Amino acid sequence: MKKILLAVAALALTAGMGMAETVRIGTEGAYPPYNFVNDKGQLDGFEIELGNELCKRAALECTWVKNDWDSIIPNLVSSNYDAIMAGMNISDERKKAIAFSEEYTPPPLSAYAALTPDADIKGAVAAQTSTIQAGYVAETGASLVEFPTGEETIAAVRNGEAEAVFADRDFLAPYVQESNGQLVWVKGQEKVVVGEGIAIGLRKSDTELKAKFDKAIESMKADGSLNKLITKWYGPEALVF
Amino acid sequence: MFASCADPKTLEGLAWLLCYLSSGKHLLFYLSFGTVILLLLITAPIALLFGFGGALAVRSRITPLRWFGKIYTSMVRGIPDIIFFLFVPIALDQGFEWLRAKVYCDPSVPIRQGNEFVVCPAAKLPLSTAPEWVHQGYGIFLAVVAFAIVFGAFAANVLNGAMNAVPRAQLETAEAYGMSPRQVNRRILIPQMWTYALPGLTNLWMILVKATPLLFILGVEDIVYWARELGGSKTNAYAYPHPDWRLYYFLAILVFYLLMTWGSERIFDRIRARLSHGQATAAGEAMRKAAT
Amino acid sequence: MNECLVTIQEYALRSLGIGERMLPRGDFTLCQQITLIGSGLLWNLYFAAFALLIGFFLANALALAKTSRNPWLRKPAEWFIFVFRGSPLFIQFFIAYEALVQLPRTGIPLLGLTLPTDWMTKAWAGALLVLVLNTAAYSAEIFYGALRNLPKGELEAADAYGLSGWTRYRRIMWPTAMRLAWPAYTNEAIFLFHATTLVFFSGFPALRQQGDALYYASYFADKTFNPFVAYPIVAGFFILLTLLLITLFGVVNRRLNRHLPGATSKVRYRPNLLR
Repeated sequence: MKKILLAVAALALTAGMGMAETVRIGTEGAYPPYNFVNDKGQLDGFEIELGNELCKRAALECTWVKNDWDSIIPNLVSSNYDAIMAGMNISDERKKAIAFSEEYTPPPLSAYAALTPDADIKGAVAAQTSTIQAGYVAETGASLVEFPTGEETIAAVRNGEAEAVFADRDFLAPYVQESNGQLVWVKGQEKVVVGEGIAIGLRKSDTELKAKFDKAIESMKADGSLNKLITKWYGPEALVF
Repeated sequence: MFASCADPKTLEGLAWLLCYLSSGKHLLFYLSFGTVILLLLITAPIALLFGFGGALAVRSRITPLRWFGKIYTSMVRGIPDIIFFLFVPIALDQGFEWLRAKVYCDPSVPIRQGNEFVVCPAAKLPLSTAPEWVHQGYGIFLAVVAFAIVFGAFAANVLNGAMNAVPRAQLETAEAYGMSPRQVNRRILIPQMWTYALPGLTNLWMILVKATPLLFILGVEDIVYWARELGGSKTNAYAYPHPDWRLYYFLAILVFYLLMTWGSERIFDRIRARLSHGQATAAGEAMRKAAT
Repeated sequence: MNECLVTIQEYALRSLGIGERMLPRGDFTLCQQITLIGSGLLWNLYFAAFALLIGFFLANALALAKTSRNPWLRKPAEWFIFVFRGSPLFIQFFIAYEALVQLPRTGIPLLGLTLPTDWMTKAWAGALLVLVLNTAAYSAEIFYGALRNLPKGELEAADAYGLSGWTRYRRIMWPTAMRLAWPAYTNEAIFLFHATTLVFFSGFPALRQQGDALYYASYFADKTFNPFVAYPIVAGFFILLTLLLITLFGVVNRRLNRHLPGATSKVRYRPNLLR
């Protein structure tokens, strides 16, 4: 599974900044509204908009690279791209492999969604492979059913393959709201804190890039533009800084 | 694409479907059918070339080369092709970058740092400043090489078998005319073997056609990738929300492959008839009888 | 070494849900990788064995139907073989999964009984079904070719002895056809065995982290960022088992040819590429 790539946005930089460093950012492109491919065939979503703004502030020239979720960390460490922005939570297990920038969302809520509010969350629970949610489900003693993309985990609940799905609440929310009551939150499990916050994944050796991104994220936190962006993509109920 | 598609949420029925099927993402889907055919047409001759090399290596008089040929041709019998596809592109990529790092980088900085594989920016392949099509092309190049290695080994088996099948008498006749071994190879063996190789090569082409969905596993954005991407259920974050339609997309791909294999078979039937002309085989004999 | 025995105890049957429930998290040893991948290989063996067994009978029926003069038998057999031989197994897996999940989950009512359907979307049943149908189509084509290439003399001899119908098929045609088809069928068996690795990519989800050899190999490759250990382990296992498969089929081949002069000597396996 190799660097395969859809360039979607090269940042429009002013003429004088032609010397800017080129940074390639890997993303999944299948996790709306964090990152997804819109109907024009272009990458779109919260992280795409955020990433472009961060690169502008850090005076970096950024290109986006689409990569499957399950190989997104291996391809970072083998230098096929330089950063990951793919709804990736900071976790101890990942910290062993890669470094993280400062988080750009508050610790996000995860949630169980199912066809009935009293679904058995110790039964078969769907989660995306190699997510912190998958690890969480495996530890609860439930039967974990793994799928390569987030969308497939929801399809699995719809067709009865799994009793419930466990994922980021912000990812599930649109599916639940638009399902006309077919999908509901599992009672008492609609707000579970699993992650420590979503951040940019970086190679451990790449301390210079980490410093640049940290500074850019801080400046966006300070002037409130980050909160504005979160509200734009996740609605007024979303957690902000 | 059409002006009337500017606001798809207001459309209904056929108009919606028309706009949906002509969205930018669908155009990429249609284009990817071309990508698959193009990759097939690029891979097949390269694999045949690898196969030729493999077959000649197996028949070589130089022992290490012969051993190499034997290992190469027999490895596909023991190892599933998919393992190669998961392995070869990464190995090639890191191998290339490692070689370039030896030339371009400061040797005091280690390439493997813990679990990381880092070469200096000058040794990156392709350079991170390279335009996107170069990156894309490089990924496809690695995929093509991986395919060519695996199918080259298959082809080497076929070609070696075909070379063994050429009647000995034909080669002896050539020797009697005083041709050198190289001349015999070039003028008799290789032209004559094709009729024997064709059934095997036909089969190989069919296997290759049916292996193209594996490009998806190599990360190439082929028809399977777009079918999964387009077929999955879509929320209102997308311009065209819809439920899970993957089954229909996969059925379309199924039809595409059935047409591909059916069409290939028709074409190969014609080639077979051409090559059998005048050959000392049952098919050649039948043609001679029909002519008289 | 002792540590490794403990690992084997914990993980050798992990793919069946027996033993340690959590997969290893960090500091992966070579022993863990070999044990878990070997454990996953049980599934590959399960798929290959049952697909070949069931597919063999189905293929014989299909081959017979294809030689039939009755178009009601011949046409469906021809179409079945065309569809499954003409399309990639990978796509067949996807379609099968997407189609099987559309079955009503509560079961299909039939003659007062309710047929449960939810097990059909599990890999052990759904993926096996696809593999059975796939290998049946390829093998049927091989057997069909053998039936068409039966020596005329043997059929005439059977007629002369007054054999006809089912007896003629069972005593004369079938054994000879098997003898003719066996080298090609050996080849098909190897292909099918290798094709079981595709189950990992097939859309059928891994349940309770119990997967096939490739599931665990990719687990390790993703966690250690090093594909150069886990995948070669899978390759090694497959080489050994392929050699075993060739030996087993060679034994059958010798038995099929035991009446022929020179058959007792070791049969040299010649790879051919009829798939």
